[in-house]
Amino acid sequence: MNKATKAILVDPLHVKNPITLQVLGICSALAVTTKVETSLVMSAALTFVLVLSNFSISVLRNKIPGSVRIITQLSIIASLVIVADQILQAYFYDVSKELTVFVGLIITNCIVMGRAEAFAMANPPGKSALDGLSNAIGYSWILIVVGLFRELLGSGEILGRTVFATTAEGGWYVPNGLMVLSPSAFFIIGMIIWVQRTLTPDMNEEA
Amino acid sequence: MEFSNKYILGFSLALCLVSSLVVSTVHVNVREKQIENAAADQKSQVLQVAGLLAAGEKLESEEIDAYFEEIEILIVNRVSGEIIEGADADVDSRSAAKTTAGGSDAPEVHAKATGVKRLANELRAYRIQVEGHECLVLEISGNGLWSTLLGYIALSPDTLEVRGITYYSHKETPGLGGEVDNPRWKAQWPGKRALNADGDVLIEVIKGKAKDKDRQVDGLSGATITTRGVNNMLKLWLGEHGYGPFLAKQRGAL
Repeated sequence: MNKATKAILVDPLHVKNPITLQVLGICSALAVTTKVETSLVMSAALTFVLVLSNFSISVLRNKIPGSVRIITQLSIIASLVIVADQILQAYFYDVSKELTVFVGLIITNCIVMGRAEAFAMANPPGKSALDGLSNAIGYSWILIVVGLFRELLGSGEILGRTVFATTAEGGWYVPNGLMVLSPSAFFIIGMIIWVQRTLTPDMNEEA
Repeated sequence: MEFSNKYILGFSLALCLVSSLVVSTVHVNVREKQIENAAADQKSQVLQVAGLLAAGEKLESEEIDAYFEEIEILIVNRVSGEIIEGADADVDSRSAAKTTAGGSDAPEVHAKATGVKRLANELRAYRIQVEGHECLVLEISGNGLWSTLLGYIALSPDTLEVRGITYYSHKETPGLGGEVDNPRWKAQWPGKRALNADGDVLIEVIKGKAKDKDRQVDGLSGATITTRGVNNMLKLWLGEHGYGPFLAKQRGAL
């Protein structure tokens, strides 16, 4: 694997992470991370959309007229999102009920259009698909970590299994009510950014 | 690269065609499965409120259908309380209520309190005759804080006692109003007195701990408006403008 490909694959996980560095896709990161399960399904849906949209936009990149390129990208993304939503409703009905509109809102997730415009329009399909995959993984791991903390601290469970027995069920753990509300995701993402920047001082902007 | 206007138009048209083809193919292929899911979900909600199914427990669609062999779906005239024989059981009373022929305006007090502006002329109820779980299941709906709550309440065959309550759709704050679907909170409901012999609504959710354990349910802390919504919708649906006449007939028949 040459250096350029490796950069495409690895950078979005850490030094170019879409959530913690580019601060994109925050809306869904707040909304769907109350539980690990919803985070996982949301991640899968975004991965599906991002890989395929990057790939198909890259295939068409020399055919797309510049004057209509944004709406072209949007139509492709929107079609893929609807497909993902339909499949979830058919095969993962319960989770799709919990995700409600947020699957549909992948259309407006800045990561998807950001990658289409910034990468897929200028690179061949193989690389673009890879770029989509790694960005989706970069998004997913943050979502899953946030979901882990929120579910554990908010309801004492992980993937619906009790880890801390809560007081309401006769245990010792008093659930932190803040964790089930969206703002708590801000705190957790903020802490992830803090840790990341402490470990990699290059990321810090000049004061 | 410069593109001619003709090319741009052609490109857009082709893109639209291909996209819509993909989307509609997928939709047509999974539609049946989706309808099945939604129907099975509704049915398992009815089983849950009747106590035939524990919360979170899943059943195969054949098992659900087996239960439904013993469940009678009743279509009820809201005003007279009569059961309409041979009516279409699949009717959706919430959308029927909005039509001129299918519904009428709700009394203003109730419309204000619950956000339910139109009441259907025909309501659906389920009569469950599974041994040990005999009950009547009614559809309830009304506003909470952020959203309309949709649910079911199960009453004993003499209509005087609550057998269970469940909400299958709402968007209340998780952890606060969202606790209306918490199994531990719902567990308080069975056995409470729903109505007195005259059909007045007795059951209510109160702020804090229930004082009159016979007919009151502990409030949800931090969810004053959601619980008020629950009370208001019970007053509507169990009262004279809701299932009241039907419930009176059921009491009379015993």
